[in-house]
Amino acid sequence: MPVKIAIASGKGGTGKTTVAVNLFHFIRQFRTNHVLLVDCDVEEPNDLIFFPDATPVDEKDANQLIPEINTDKCTFCRRCVEYCEFNAIVVIPLVQFAEINPGLCHSCGACLVACRDEAITEKPYSIGKIRSHTIDGKAHLLVGSLKIGSAMQTLLIKTLKKQPVNEAEIILYDSPPGTSCPVVTTTADADYVILVTEPTPFGLNDLKLTVDLLRELGKSFGVIVNKAGLGNRDLYDYLDKENIEIIGEIPFNKAYASVYARGALLKQIPKEIEDLYQNIIIEIIEKTGHYA
Amino acid sequence: MHEITLLSGKGGTGKTTIAAALASVARDAVFCDADVDAADLHLILKPDILEEHRLESNWVAIIDDELCTHCSLCVEYCRFDAIHYKPSGGLEINPFDCEGCRLCERICPEQAIRSERNNNNFWYVSNSRFGTLVHAKMGAGEQNSGKLVTEVRKKTREIAQNTGAKFIITDGPPGIGCPVISALTGTHKVLMVIEPTKSGLHDAGRLIELAGNFNIDIFAVINKYDINDQVTGEIEKYLHENSIPLLVKIPFDTVMVEAMLQAKTIVEYQPYSNISKMIHQIWESIAETEYTEVEKVK
Repeated sequence: MPVKIAIASGKGGTGKTTVAVNLFHFIRQFRTNHVLLVDCDVEEPNDLIFFPDATPVDEKDANQLIPEINTDKCTFCRRCVEYCEFNAIVVIPLVQFAEINPGLCHSCGACLVACRDEAITEKPYSIGKIRSHTIDGKAHLLVGSLKIGSAMQTLLIKTLKKQPVNEAEIILYDSPPGTSCPVVTTTADADYVILVTEPTPFGLNDLKLTVDLLRELGKSFGVIVNKAGLGNRDLYDYLDKENIEIIGEIPFNKAYASVYARGALLKQIPKEIEDLYQNIIIEIIEKTGHYA
Repeated sequence: MHEITLLSGKGGTGKTTIAAALASVARDAVFCDADVDAADLHLILKPDILEEHRLESNWVAIIDDELCTHCSLCVEYCRFDAIHYKPSGGLEINPFDCEGCRLCERICPEQAIRSERNNNNFWYVSNSRFGTLVHAKMGAGEQNSGKLVTEVRKKTREIAQNTGAKFIITDGPPGIGCPVISALTGTHKVLMVIEPTKSGLHDAGRLIELAGNFNIDIFAVINKYDINDQVTGEIEKYLHENSIPLLVKIPFDTVMVEAMLQAKTIVEYQPYSNISKMIHQIWESIAETEYTEVEKVK
């Protein structure tokens, strides 16, 4: 079984992608080539920006099943309307009208069970793309990209996580921001979660929400403080009080931010950053019991 | 009444910092924090809560061990892989995976499954030093961020209508998924806050494409523009090609973080600074067009 590590944050823009991309890079360098990076931030996937030389391997549609009502068979009994908890079905017997609103449908299948006239069938409806890339045939990147206008980001993350993992020994999940269902889906099967935060009031507030969530989910986790040196000590006081381990600190550096900005994160790596990730990887490997 | 929604696609570009700064210069406005799963605007606006409301949330199914015969029909029917065997035997439902469709409840031959409402979402009407703020606190791991966004925006509109406020400033969520779709529906203007990174540009592009489907006017600001002048140039070109007015380019300055630490907006912290002038400029550009439109209607 591969070790699964999720990188999450609560607040956006704290450096999840930076950490995920660097971990991927340094795990290959120090540990194993059999590593898979999964970009679960399907609304705004950015991991590929940092690997311009990655070779595309596969691309496919991810689908949602949307039911359709055949009004020739429908008896307008409205049983499906009663079964649908999402108000996605409109049936007006008087004018023999029956339709499903794909924007509200959760594809739960309840209407199919409800219908006694075989009037409902499901058709696949694209919610986005799943793309697979490789660096050297061993390390892979898996990217989900939500179709613009689709509200089914959680389903896409679930589909993404069911893809084959290509003999990966370590899997990294780059999580979307926030604390709602897409984050739960991303971290659900992770052996360890790295929370990336910044020492500002916004960073701390959103970190607290995420810590509450991970504790409710029963996950083990540690924190990387990014942009250290900005802000104040409140974050450190909180981590200390809550007994949360800091597994790394990345100092704020405007020049480094500029390197990230143009997507050249892995082209110019300062020595101290390399050392930092080497330590983080050793720590995580110890925590997850991966001795490959 | 006009609603201006701050969005970015990418997280952490400065939406909330700029929304708070706009709050301190806006006249005739009420405020809405629509980033419900990581709400931060209240950290600067320090509101006094006047009303607390609970949002009736989705259903979560529960199995009664006494009645369950382990036939596993529910496992077969559940499309969300939410029902599993417990290590101790018997079946259980993972509340985080349960979508609340209640199909398992309906098909269970033993009637061993019931559903309960998950009531962890709250929203508030508050008073701040700049005016009324409507905001929310979502329960950990909740599924209804879109619904909660719709709820806080509906309430903000109601207040704006009742008080005769001309503007609503809404701090939006990151991304392009369901909470953003809920935040875009029916708003009048989008103020994009873009940071000059490849990711920032890529994500802004996806959001602008989404907003295009809604036919909403878009304005943009580039925040921390001097982090990378070249990418800033690319963003300016992109905005120009898409006919999106660029209102100001705000430089990177740690004074923004200093102000945040004092729970102040940049305009309160350094009223005569360059950045504060730019905030006034943003507000004037937005408000001016609104006032002219209001005049035209009259």
